[in-house]
Order: sequence, then C-alpha cells, then structure tokens
Amino acid sequence: MISLTAVHKAFGANRVLCGVDLTIPKASSMVIIGGSGTGKSVLLKCVLGLVSPDSGTITLDGQDVTKTDRDAFLARFGMLFQGAALFDSLRVWENVAFRLLRGPKALPKHAARDAAIEKLRRVGLKPETADLFPAELSGGMQKRVGLARAIAAEPEIIFFDEPTTGLDPIMAGVINDLIREIVVEMGVTAMTITHDMSSVRAIADHVAMLHDGVIQWTGPVKEMDATPDPYVQQFIHGRATGPIASVR
Amino acid sequence: MTTGSPTPASALAALGRPVLAALASVGRVTLFTASVLGHLVRPPFYLRELGHAVLQIGWFSLPVVGLTAIFTGGALALQIYAGGSRFNAEAVVPSIVAIGMARELGPVLGGLMVAARVASSIAAEIGTMKVTEQIDALVTLSTNPLKYLAVPRILAATLTMPVLVAVCDAIGIMGGWLVGITRLDFNSATYLKNTMDFLQPWDIGSGMVKGAVFGFIVALMGCYHGMNSARGAQGVGAATKAAVVSASVLILAANYILTEVFFTS
Repeated sequence: MISLTAVHKAFGANRVLCGVDLTIPKASSMVIIGGSGTGKSVLLKCVLGLVSPDSGTITLDGQDVTKTDRDAFLARFGMLFQGAALFDSLRVWENVAFRLLRGPKALPKHAARDAAIEKLRRVGLKPETADLFPAELSGGMQKRVGLARAIAAEPEIIFFDEPTTGLDPIMAGVINDLIREIVVEMGVTAMTITHDMSSVRAIADHVAMLHDGVIQWTGPVKEMDATPDPYVQQFIHGRATGPIASVR
Repeated sequence: MTTGSPTPASALAALGRPVLAALASVGRVTLFTASVLGHLVRPPFYLRELGHAVLQIGWFSLPVVGLTAIFTGGALALQIYAGGSRFNAEAVVPSIVAIGMARELGPVLGGLMVAARVASSIAAEIGTMKVTEQIDALVTLSTNPLKYLAVPRILAATLTMPVLVAVCDAIGIMGGWLVGITRLDFNSATYLKNTMDFLQPWDIGSGMVKGAVFGFIVALMGCYHGMNSARGAQGVGAATKAAVVSASVLILAANYILTEVFFTS
C-alpha cells in the first residue's frame, strides 16, 4: 500500500502540492486525474524520489520511502514515461532488458535478450523489433516498448505517466487494454496519471482528482459519474464553465 | 518622492548579485566534481560505456586534431623562420617547432578542438536525455546517471587526451618538417636531427599531462552542463554553448597554471 500524508511541494513561489493525502491500496489501480499543470507528474515523481517533497510523508507498506534502501525500493517499481523515455543509443531489446543486464542479479546477455523478446511479445510486438533502435519505431510502438521495459523485472508497483498522450484513439485503446491486462495478470499496484477519460474508465479501480494542489475527490471509478463533486463533474464532462478556471 | 537615481546600496547589490551567482556556480561545479571523483573509485563500473566513450572521444577526434596539428606546425615553421631570419637564427626552426608543439600548441589546440567537438556533443546528448526524461528513467531503473553517463565519459576523455596530444605533437612536427623542406630549403635529415636533439622527454611528458587535465575539464564541463540543462531545445542549446565556452576558458586558465608549475623554478 502506498500512502501519502500532507505532501507539500513548491518550486520557488509556485506551490504545486499543498497537502496531498492519498492512499493507494495494494494490488489496485489508482488513476489520478486533473488538468495540465496541476502537479500530477510532480506527485508521481515525489513517490519515486525523483523530486523531494518539501514536507509530508510518503510510505510504502508502512515504511517511509525516504528512509528505505534506495535500490531495493526502486527494484519494486516499474515506470512508463509520457514520452516512453527509451534510451536512443540502445537497441529495443537492450532498453527492455536494461535492469536485467545490470545489478547483483544480472542475467547473462542471451537470457536477458530472451526475456526482453518475451516481454515484447507480451505487449504485442514481434521479435524482429528487438534489434531496432527507438528512433525507428512509431510513437505507439515506443509506448509498447516502454511498457515492456516497465514490466521486464516483474515489479510489484507500476507507474504510468500519461500513457496515451500523443496516440491516436485506436492505439490509445490498445495501450489502455494492455495496461489493464498487465495490471490484472501481474496483480500489481498501479498508479496512473492522465487527463484522458477513456484511459480512466479502462484502467482505474479507484480515481483521485488533483486540483489546486490537493485531492479534491477520491473514490471507486464506478462512483465517479454519480458524484456531485463539481470539480469532478466539470472535468469528466469537459465543461468550460465551473469551479475549475478554463484559463490556467 | 523617489528620484530613481541609484543609491550606494543598490549599486553594491547590483555588483554583488553576479559575484554571488558566480560563487554559487563554482560551488555547484566543485560538488559535481567531488561526486564524479567519488564515483570513479566505487563500483559498479560500466566498462562497455567506457569503451564506447573511448571510441567516440579519442578515436573519432583524431581527424580534427590531426588536421589542426599539421596546419599549425606548418604555420609555426613559417613564423619562426620569418622571426629567426631577423637575427640570422633560421636554424632554430626545427627545435622551436618541436618544443612549441609538444609543450604548448599540441595540448592547448588539441584541447580546444576536443572541447569544441566533445564538450558540445556530451552536453547536447545528456541535455536531450534530461529533457526527454531518459535521466529519470535511468534512476527508476536503479542506475545512477552520474555513474552511468558522466564517469565513463570523463574517464575516457582523461585517458585518451594524452594520446591525442602525442599524435597532435607528432603530426604538428611533421607539418613543420614538410614546410621546412619544401618552402624553407631545409635538408630533411638535418631538420629531423635538430628536432630530435633538442626535444627532451619532459617536453612531451608535460604536454601529455596537460592533455589529461584538459580531457578531464572538457568531459566534466560537457557532463555538468548537460545534467543541468534547462527544458526544451533552447535549454539544450544554452547548455551546449556553456559547455564549450567554459571548457575552453578553463583549458586556457589551467594551461597557464600548469606551465607555471612545470616550467618556472
């Protein structure tokens, strides 16, 4: 279980997170929604330790994430970045097997390559893709490779940062379905940030809405449409009028 | 009513701000250097990345360094001949070309050419990796970006620059020899004998030591500015420019200090 309590983060005078309280139950899929620039990515990076919160606590299974062994902590995570963040200089299979080729439990090269090809198959890519470079792939294929890399080391927790941004609706649907399948199949705890409502409905068990630096509403996805919360209603229906200012 | 004229306090503040900013930059670079040096001696070591960096920084810099050296050696021979002829001292051309190339021009020009080629490419590559979240991805894959990206490049530049300087010396002396025998009527064997007689091992050794220091500076500046690149294409461009400018200035400053240390009693 991931738990955030009173997390604050500011960049200079810009207060991004102003006391975020959120709990993500084990083996469930939490989707955080909110407009652009509301701090969703910052929140995710705070959990991973890529950004240090100014105050508040973040715990994983009851342990403060800032006080645990960093490598052991990160070994439990997989992450799909918004732009896939594949390493340009490495072949696709080397990207996928990056973690498998390094560290104390490093696999031999051929075993890591086999494991990478298996993960590529899992996300719907052919083995021939393995020897290409990321620049030779389409945006959708890069997202799939990023997904294969995120699941390569069988993590317990996977973070998805805007998984469908920049994709056409069909490819976005494919990625959403893949994410849902993988989350259910592997029994992982998932945290996704997005403003794409089709992703929310496809991926989420629970939804949290981040606005003005705090969680405005959180609940099961099936209660999202019925909630009277004006922020959620404006956001999910894409209304220009409401409590969320349309020009930020 | 405010007059708008500057007060002594505001003038001092205006003077102090850039000084404080410069001191803060020096502090950040010093901390970065200390961190790199710490990682140099602590495992894991990324040998494949080191090999790749040796190839990129050392081997692929040979053409530009060689071309720079041959033209510089030739021009140096012409200048020394022209200057020496005022004192009937044309015979010093081979020895001065050799000493000048080995002690100063080989390491400094080699360092500046590598700064232009390598510091810019390192800063642009790492800066792009930063803005496309590849550095964050490394962290999430339990890999220290400093150790994986900076240490192999800095080590490779430090190890390969002395070799590049030695090659630069040899090609520069050849350039002088070529001009000497074709344009200045030197006898080939005499030119080479004079070169060998006057050139001492420390002339070459000191240049290679300078090369190692300059290589360290070039890669350090490339990595530092790349890692601290601001967002977007403009941020990467600014980081690349800062890397080349700072590496070039530091090479010239370090050259003066090393020359003082090596050649003044």
